Amino acid sequence: MRSPRATGEVATPVGRRVFLGMVGLGAAGVVVGSSVQRWVAAALRPVTSVSGGGVSALIPGEDRFRIYTVTDSLPSMPTSQYRLSVTGLVERPLELSFDQLKGMPSTTLVRDFQCVTGWRVAKVRWDGVLISTLLDEAGVLPSARALRFDSFDGVYTESLTLDQARRPDVIAAYGFEGGPVTSQHGGPVRLYVAPMYGYKSCKWLSGIRVVDRVEPGYWEQNGYDIDAWVGRSNGRDDAPTS
Amino acid sequence: MRFDGVERALHWVNAAMFSVLVLTAIPLYFGSLAAVVGHRDVVARIHVWTGVFLPVPVLLSVLGPWGRTLRADLRRVNRWSAGELAWLRSFGRDAFVRLDKLNPGQKLNVSFTGGSIVVMLMTGAVMWWFGPFPDSWRTGATFVHDVLATFIVVVIVGHVGMALTHPASLRSMITGRVSRRWARRHAPAWADEMAAES
Repeated sequence: MRSPRATGEVATPVGRRVFLGMVGLGAAGVVVGSSVQRWVAAALRPVTSVSGGGVSALIPGEDRFRIYTVTDSLPSMPTSQYRLSVTGLVERPLELSFDQLKGMPSTTLVRDFQCVTGWRVAKVRWDGVLISTLLDEAGVLPSARALRFDSFDGVYTESLTLDQARRPDVIAAYGFEGGPVTSQHGGPVRLYVAPMYGYKSCKWLSGIRVVDRVEPGYWEQNGYDIDAWVGRSNGRDDAPTS
Repeated sequence: MRFDGVERALHWVNAAMFSVLVLTAIPLYFGSLAAVVGHRDVVARIHVWTGVFLPVPVLLSVLGPWGRTLRADLRRVNRWSAGELAWLRSFGRDAFVRLDKLNPGQKLNVSFTGGSIVVMLMTGAVMWWFGPFPDSWRTGATFVHDVLATFIVVVIVGHVGMALTHPASLRSMITGRVSRRWARRHAPAWADEMAAES
């Protein structure tokens, strides 16, 4: 038989313990969280790889794209209306339709996609046309030094030096994981710069302008590094992606 | 009088700020919704600055000369009797415990909310002002922020659910008052104190 208990007979500072415990756990989580997360992601991979985007999109962890835009809504354009222009310091300015672009020699790249904010998606497949192929087609003038990329979102721009753009892992991508590049991922055509952080891979690519000096792009005007090599810029030490 | 004006004002200001934080967090976290809302940088800025100012009303209410009732209630929230621990372990079915002004579940909610504010602020700061910290900290902070956010949403849903199914308790957070009968039934230890005082 239990006797009625009154409050206040033994006072345990539970409130303080809960509060301090959470703060302690939180601080520990900041320090070891990245290892815990890798471990959790590995443990859950059998589940998340089967369910695709469904369940895995709800679990905090790595291995998923986060969609960043700088405008009101998601830019989208049917492939029939799509045009990619190559202008500026070139002998023959180009205006390519989606089909013309797809008719050019294609390149497939399978690389990790690394965002400067920390997330990384392993082994993503991209199909597209080398920027160097487009440049050769247009004929670059000797005074050219750099490229400026425009997005049909009307706001975003990016830049590469001519040497960077001619690398064999820099493409105008129209294929993503075996299908088309959806508008979420910057379709119908986006720039994909494999060795650099994601912000260099300008989504919704509409224009390539050949210029005589590097014009810093959207995020570069906001303090991001212009030469955005994965693991060697923006104060980060991620494993290189290409 | 269960909650004075300062406590009620703080509760509802906090509720409003938490709502802003949760609502802005949704498009920041779910890519498909981010695509609908757009303007990620603006949404992120609202989220971050609401978060930064979240402790301001708390500190003002607790530290100010007007916070006597709140401070006394926080001392109650901190101190638990053995009976209250048993009550919580029995999920509120232990009828022998003479409950305090706040029941153990409510006390836990207060402590959890306080801890959440500190941890979310701390991890959020590392995520936003990442410059001086190692990369792995930013990843770790993001992980903690995401996981704790999940718990916070669960607790908020539970909290609102309890409020809606317990109208007298909800009314006490709006008008501040409960009936003597309610106090004797749901908070007998507190009712005894009140009776002894008057």
